[in-house]
Amino acid sequence: MKYTFSNRLKIGSFIAMGVGLLFLAIGFLSAPSSVEEAKEMVATAHSDGHGGHGEAHSTENTHHVTAENGHDEPHATEAHGESHDAAHDKHVYDQLKNRPWSALYVAAFFFFMISLGVLAFYAINRAAQAGWSPLLFRVMEGITAYIVPGGIIVFLILLLSVLHMNHLFVWMDADVVEHDYLLQGKKGYLNPWFFIARAAIFIGGWIAYRQISRKLSLAQDNASDDSNFKKNFKWSAAFLVFYLISESMMSWDWIMSLDPHWFSTLFGWYVFASMFVSGITTIAIITIYLKSKGYLPEVNDSHLHDLAKFMFGISIFWTYLWFSQFMLIWYANIPEEVTYFVTRLEDYKLPFLGMLVLNFIFPLLVLMNSDYKRINWFVIMTGIIILFGHYLDVYNMVMPATVGDKWGFGFPEIGGILFFGGLFIYVVFTTLTKEELTPKRNPFLEESRQFHY
Amino acid sequence: MASNKVIQALYNDDDILMKAVKEVRAAHHHIEEVYTPFPVHGLDKAMGLADTRIAITAFMYGCVGLTVAILMMNYIMIEDWPQDIGGKPSFSYMQNLPAFVPIMFELTVFFAAHLMVITFYLRSRMWPFKNAENPDKRTTDDHFLMEIGLHDNEDELKQLLLDTGAVEVTITEKED
Repeated sequence: MKYTFSNRLKIGSFIAMGVGLLFLAIGFLSAPSSVEEAKEMVATAHSDGHGGHGEAHSTENTHHVTAENGHDEPHATEAHGESHDAAHDKHVYDQLKNRPWSALYVAAFFFFMISLGVLAFYAINRAAQAGWSPLLFRVMEGITAYIVPGGIIVFLILLLSVLHMNHLFVWMDADVVEHDYLLQGKKGYLNPWFFIARAAIFIGGWIAYRQISRKLSLAQDNASDDSNFKKNFKWSAAFLVFYLISESMMSWDWIMSLDPHWFSTLFGWYVFASMFVSGITTIAIITIYLKSKGYLPEVNDSHLHDLAKFMFGISIFWTYLWFSQFMLIWYANIPEEVTYFVTRLEDYKLPFLGMLVLNFIFPLLVLMNSDYKRINWFVIMTGIIILFGHYLDVYNMVMPATVGDKWGFGFPEIGGILFFGGLFIYVVFTTLTKEELTPKRNPFLEESRQFHY
Repeated sequence: MASNKVIQALYNDDDILMKAVKEVRAAHHHIEEVYTPFPVHGLDKAMGLADTRIAITAFMYGCVGLTVAILMMNYIMIEDWPQDIGGKPSFSYMQNLPAFVPIMFELTVFFAAHLMVITFYLRSRMWPFKNAENPDKRTTDDHFLMEIGLHDNEDELKQLLLDTGAVEVTITEKED
């Protein structure tokens, strides 16, 4: 059955994109355009009737320096000299200026990450020759269609960073590197043009696999033998090898290098778990939506049950990696590593700990029961919460490095979610209208139809 | 007076057994027991057995394990002797929580797994030196046996069972 993009959803996605753009514009316009303006903004924010804010500010200051003792060398101790004040003002200015950029980047990366996670899940299902999922392949292919515009947008944002349109990545600032011994040591890897070349290779590779696999998948529908299916199997297996390497390096490049003095060996896996669970959740939500509209008559409770089991299992896997990373660093408490979590625990207490509740405790308790995994609205509700939790996860990875304690959740953040959410829905559902929602000829199709748990 | 007589029908194929179970249930006879050499998928549904609640017990046992872990470590590490070990903050449980999580996790799993297994043994009455209860040795290899209580309807039931494809039907007196 062919899907027709419902008008309401289409208009909804356009409105979301429009409002999102407007909000993002407000975010960019309200960012300070000079150091003086930034100073003024901070001053007015502080005199906003809070009595003891002066005190709070001074403590803020000191911890700032400890937390970021990478960025500006240890001139922390020389109290509040003139030069430090100036450096501080510049620092605050950069943070305020970064805020709309970071909000844009977080949302762009988040939605891109969903489709990349789905692509990995899709490739795994093909390589593992899963018998339950072929009925859902078209839905997954629809979601991975977003990887093309989403990947290009992320690439453009990275390119703008390289061109010094923003200050997201400190190591791209030649002045900073000049005074930073550690960053000089990392220059071999962290240099702008190598960075952008890597990004081009990663995004190019992912998009290439997506297009090849989609083409083979569609060709298989009208073929008289299984050669396309076998080719797809080989491409998927090869892609998984490429994906594991590129995804890991991507997470160092695009996220870990926001804190260029910090490193963690677990980071690639951690980002992977986040994108994987968000991707699977999105598959579940869109499948339930399409089914509720009557477009996927052959998808039954057991398929949903399997997806919900994946949501449950990978949520716990994400927590395992999050905790392993956190606990190892917390336990050893090595100053150069622990600053990462110190900034987050001091300035981001609510999003940092709230994300754990949303991404772990909630799905753990809600999706544990086998019967609940088959209740559609239950899976949708949980899915929305998991997706928001993983948005927060990306937020927590990016924001502390770029805006520090000047974070908020206002126009630019909501605008980013609305814009990219709308674009995501538009691209995904447009792709879904292009082909039949049920593959016609797949060796495992009949098994998938009969799938029953 | 409930009689101790039972009728036992032997089958040699699980598909035939499943069909037989459905037919016997449709004829409103109460199946006392079915003996199979391996799990037959869907047999419990066909027999109309209630769902197992063992997963619920496991969840509760896990909660017990988690509680034990928290109370134990809170007492030992925080209340009884809050020593400074390598600079770890032993002022409150929350402050040193990450260090306790591995044990909390393991004890949760330990309690959930072991107590659930013991519950299973108790509920299904299994222990070493227990007398085996199979009515026919062939049911451990390649035969399936359905057992139905008799209430003075031997001939009728025997015919029904033979019609469902039983390879052998016997009537025995149960001693217990």
